[in-house]
This record gives sequence, C-alpha cells and structure tokens, in this order.
Amino acid sequence: MKKLAAHGVKTVDSPDKAPGRKWTLMEKLFLGLTPGEYLNQFIRNRFNWILGAIFLIGLPLIAYRFFFGLGAVTHSSYDYPWGVFLSFGLFCMVPLSASGFMLGTAVEVFGRHDLEPIERLALLNGLMGYAFAVVYLLVDLGMPWRLSYPMVVSFGPAAVLFLVGWHVATYLSVQVMEVSTAFFEWINWPAAKKFIRRGALGLTVAGIILSTLHQGALGALFTYAPGKVHPLWYSASFQWLHFFVSSIPAGLCMVIVVSSVVKHTMGWRCDGNFMNNLDRITITLARGASMGLITYLVIKFIGVAHDNTWAYLATGWGKWFMFEIGFGVVLPLVIFSVAIHHKRVDFVRIGAFITVFGIVLNRLNTALITFNWKLYQEVPHVFEVLISITLFAIYVAVYRFILNRLPILYAWREAPSEATQEAEEKVPARGGTSGVPVGAYRTMD
Amino acid sequence: MSEITRRRFLAASLAGGAATTLASGKKAFGAGTFSGYSDSMGVLVDLTRCIGCRSCEAACNKEQNLPDPALPFDDPAVFDQHSHGREKRRTTEKAYTVVNRYEVEGQDHPLYRKIQCNHCNEPACLTSCFVGAYKKTSEGAVIYNPDVCVGCRNCMVACPFYVPAYSYSSATNPLIKKCVFCYETRLKKGKPPACVDVCPQEALTFGRRKDLLQIADKRIKAHPGKYEDHIYGEHEVGGTSWMYLSSAPFDQVGFDTALQKEPILNNVKDFLATVPMVLAIWPALFTGFHLLAKRDGKHEENHHAEEDSKK
Repeated sequence: MKKLAAHGVKTVDSPDKAPGRKWTLMEKLFLGLTPGEYLNQFIRNRFNWILGAIFLIGLPLIAYRFFFGLGAVTHSSYDYPWGVFLSFGLFCMVPLSASGFMLGTAVEVFGRHDLEPIERLALLNGLMGYAFAVVYLLVDLGMPWRLSYPMVVSFGPAAVLFLVGWHVATYLSVQVMEVSTAFFEWINWPAAKKFIRRGALGLTVAGIILSTLHQGALGALFTYAPGKVHPLWYSASFQWLHFFVSSIPAGLCMVIVVSSVVKHTMGWRCDGNFMNNLDRITITLARGASMGLITYLVIKFIGVAHDNTWAYLATGWGKWFMFEIGFGVVLPLVIFSVAIHHKRVDFVRIGAFITVFGIVLNRLNTALITFNWKLYQEVPHVFEVLISITLFAIYVAVYRFILNRLPILYAWREAPSEATQEAEEKVPARGGTSGVPVGAYRTMD
Repeated sequence: MSEITRRRFLAASLAGGAATTLASGKKAFGAGTFSGYSDSMGVLVDLTRCIGCRSCEAACNKEQNLPDPALPFDDPAVFDQHSHGREKRRTTEKAYTVVNRYEVEGQDHPLYRKIQCNHCNEPACLTSCFVGAYKKTSEGAVIYNPDVCVGCRNCMVACPFYVPAYSYSSATNPLIKKCVFCYETRLKKGKPPACVDVCPQEALTFGRRKDLLQIADKRIKAHPGKYEDHIYGEHEVGGTSWMYLSSAPFDQVGFDTALQKEPILNNVKDFLATVPMVLAIWPALFTGFHLLAKRDGKHEENHHAEEDSKK
C-alpha cells in the first residue's frame, strides 16, 4: 500500500471519490483499490505470509481445542487451573489496554487537546485489547457458551470475578461507543457521531470508574490465593493498587509502542497531523508513564515493607523479583528520564517497549511463573503456547484491518455538502477532492 | 468535548449513578465474618489410627460412581505414585479422596493421611465463584451446582487445599469434580459419608463439628505426648468441617501449616469495600477536574470549533 500510495493511488479519507461521486462500501473495504490491486498488494506484503503461516498451524489447533476439550491442548493441570490463555491473554492484555481510559481522561476530562491526534489510537488500542482478552477467555473457559451466565442466569455477587465480568462487559460497550465515532464517520452517518460525542464526557468518566475497578480487581483476584502467589508478588492490602497503578504506564507505553510500529509500517495511512505531532506526544506520554512507573516502584516496595517480606529478596525468587523490578521498572525509568531530558524520541520508544515487557513479565510472574512456588513449576503445553500466539496474530490482523480503514490515524474529511457550518472553510484548504494522492507525500521519504 | 452544561453534568452523574446501582447488587452481602452453621456436621480424621487400607477410597469411588482406578485399591504400589508435578497423589476428577503415605522420623510406623474436600465454614471456592455455583449447606457440606458453572476455574485457584479437580477431557460439559460430603445420598438424610461408614479402624469420626472439637481435645489430653497439640482445621482459613489429629508435626504429613486463620474472603473484603466508594466518588471527582481544567469557557469553545472542522 505504501508503494501504491507513492505511485499516486488515491486513498480513502473522505466520503467522496471524485466530485459528486461517493466511495461505495466495497471500495472503502478495498482501501480504494480495485479488487485485483488489493489482492496484489495483499500477497506482496510479507507480513501477511507470516500471519498466514501462523494461522495455518494455529486455527486447526483452536478447532481441535473446541472439539476435544481443554485437556487436549493444555496439561489439564489441577494445580495450575489458569494457564497461558489467562495469564497472558487476560492478565497482560487488560493492563496494556489501559490506554483508552488514560488518553480519554487526558483529552476529554483534563482538556489536553494537544494529545488529540493520538486519542483515537489509544481508544482503539483499549478496545482491541479488551475484546481480545475476552477472546482468550472464551478459549479458556470450560463452557464458553455460558459466558453470559454471571450476567443473566446466576449471580455470585461476593466474587471479585463477578465484578471483573460485569465491568469488562460494561467497559467494552463504553469503548465500542467511544470508537464508534470513527466508524460513523467512515460510513457517513454524522448524526450518530454527533449523538455519541454529546455523551463523550459521561462515557469517559464511566471509563475511568470501570477501569480503576477492574484493573484493580484483576489484582484482587490473586488475594484469593494467598499461599499460592509468591509473597513478593502478593500483597493482601495493596494487590489491587499494584495492578491498577502499573496499568497506567503499561497502557501509555503500549500506545507508544503501537504508534511507533504504525509510523514505520503504515505511514501511508497516517495524516500529517498524526505524523507531525507524534514525536511531541510520545515525549508527553513518556512523562506520564514515568510518573506511573515511579509511583508503582514505590508502592511495590511499600508492599514488601508492609508484609515484611524483605527476607525473600535474598532467595532465588528474590533475584527474579529484583530482575523484574530492575529491568522492567527501574531501567525504563532511567531511559525515560534521559530521553525526555534530551528529547530523544527513539530512546523513549525503547523505554516504552521495555516497560511493556516489564508489565507483561509482572503479570506472568504473578499468575503463572511464581504461582504455586511451594509446589512445582508448570511448563505450558506447546499447543497452549501456539494457540496463544495464534490469538495474538488474529489480534494484530484485526487491529491492522481497522487501522487501514477507519479514520484512526488520519482525519476524515467531510464533503462540503455534508459538513457542518464550522467545517466549511476547512475542506478546500486541505486539497479537497482534487484527486491529488493525499497519502503520497508522507511516504516518499 | 465542550463545556459542561447542566444537562451534561446531570447526564454524567446519571451514568455514575446507574453504575452505583449496579454495584449495590454486588454488595448485597453483609461485611461480617461467617464462622459456620452452629449445628453443622463434620469428620475428625485421626492419623494415628489410619492403616492405609484405602477402603475409604474404594467406598467413595462406588458411592460417587467414579471410574475404576488403574491399580486396584488394595495395591500398596499406589503410595509410590505421584500426580503430575507432585511428590504425592492429589484428588482428581476420578478420585475425590486419596490416602497418602508419609514416613516420618521418630514414628514407629508410616502415617497415612486422607485428603478430600475439607468443607470449610467460609469456603474460598464459594466466595470466589461468580455464578454462585457453590453452596454451604446447614449440614456442613460444600456442594456444587453443575448447571450454572461456566468453567472459569477460579474456585480451583482459590481453594487453599488444592481440592477441586476439573474434567478437562470433556469438550462439551467439563465440570468441577470434588468431594461433596455425600450430601444428596447420605448427609441430607443424617447418615455419615460412605468413607466414614466403611473405615475399619474408626480413624474417621462423624459428628457435629462442635462435638468433634471436644472429642479431639479429650484425645489430646488423654494421651499426653502422643498427639501434636493442634486440631488441624479448627481455625485454618476460618475453620473446616473436616479436621485432623496427628502424632507427627502437621507440616511433615503433607499439611500446609502456613495457612491464615481468617477465611480467605477476608483478604478480598478490603478491595470489595472500595468498590462502592470508587463508584460514588469518581464521577464527581473527575467531572470536577474537568471543570477545573477548563480555564475559561472561551478557550474550550474555540477549540471545539477547530476540532469539529478537522473532521
């Protein structure tokens, strides 16, 4: 697509293909290319080959799991009821998706409109992460078709998981609404977009509430297993705060990581507003992430002090804990402070990547690696790992599919006929519908 | 987003209010600590009396219609078997109770320990279940309703005794498998569970939990030096219906002696208590922040026009 854009193929970024002629839905789906052109670039893209290879192995395995049960693809461990699907899919994907409520809060509540170019990406990142956390959950549940039971059939109101279930479901709907504005633009339904925008503050505040609670609740889930989670990763009083606070840098850094990937691989789809502001915004996000990381570091050690688990630091698990904190929290903090001071965006991106790694490591440590530390170490079944990778590949593919189409990385240019009064003078200034390859100049370099 | 009109503020508050109502459902239980039904039944297991004949395993197998094990119940080679990853056997979907052998120094014979669901007074499995599939009956049994189970296996994570097993092999109807105190077939009718009935050594004593505690106390006092001065299950995780006496230190015969005295639920209460507070405070707090962040109405208005025109 990058090359096509460079050769003057017009990309879909407004309702009109040419003056007086609208894009049809099929044309929009094919990114404004003819089916032949689309197929051509689809096959040319090496990344699709990798995805294809993963799907070739993984999709049959997923089918295998549903026909022959969890026992066929996991060790069916009674001692480790939660394997990779939940440790990674739920406990890692959810904190990495905190970006939606973080940026939503910054822009809508605190009025940081300078962060607006990345707001939609952050919201979408949140939605995608949550949606796929649910997908992982569906693969892991013994009877996924009963997913709605805690909502409609039978209630266990004293359970933390009940709260997680309700909040993730509610928040997922909130996020769908938040992202739907982009979808409504894309299908040319300004009235619906306007309706949603009216409720933006309400949605954002609901997002903060729900996020605070279920990010924390994922941590609180482990307070059910005080003897099983290693004392260094366990804190009866602060577990939910550890999870909530660490989700803040996790979400912010995930947006930095995703935006960096997007900038390099989907440059044709990003508009000038996004590209020109990205470096500045990345630095700002890193500032926020640093605040989150330093707070997290402090409350982590308050947790150790509160439960007086210092002695464990001298053990093997203690070294592992220090590695997680040192590499996953302290190192990115140092990188961030240097990078922010010298305005080195490339370093910020490295720091963000390490932060994401650190949070993932923390969740895997809590849920899987140090879990049952008094018992034995469970090594996941190879099929379990392969299915997890496949689900992640589907996540990437869907994520890319949406970014390619909906106005997330670029602004949708309203046609003069449909634009609201304020927009009128803006459209001609942007080159209008003259057929100039809009994406081209951005990807020439 | 534009400035807050009164209507929008109301809308935002309403959303928060709706969420609060939602939460009040979740908080329908009282925050007090439940220490068990006063007349609930229990079983006292005396490790000094058990000879490892495993007739309790066989009786359970028959009572609960479980498949035959690979090795017959009278084959002592079973004691050298171990579960996946473990040194000793544990309860599985095909064995709701298992007896393990422990060679403890200073004991003149090996000790045998029977494992099954301990039927906690305030069960962690029950409190962690988000569909309320578990029930603690007034007779003391912790029973499970397979019709609502979703299969999240949180109960298995929560159980401090590693008791619930899961039929992972089933694709269409995998369920939690654990000892149910023979509730439907026996306990409900006032009869002791199958394992107790069959025990030839009277190693298992069935009775009201508070009576069992007295019996246990008497045994400890009547034979000074024979028993450890501890009734395992009297206070562990809030007390259990099944309790143990041992002549060897409990940690040497497979018991977790580091368990907390309070019910597992107590660990979660702090968090659950913050839930309604967050729901009540956050909407006003963040709407307030929004008002503060908006320096003057004008700035927002201008910006909003820009934003709209971009799209």
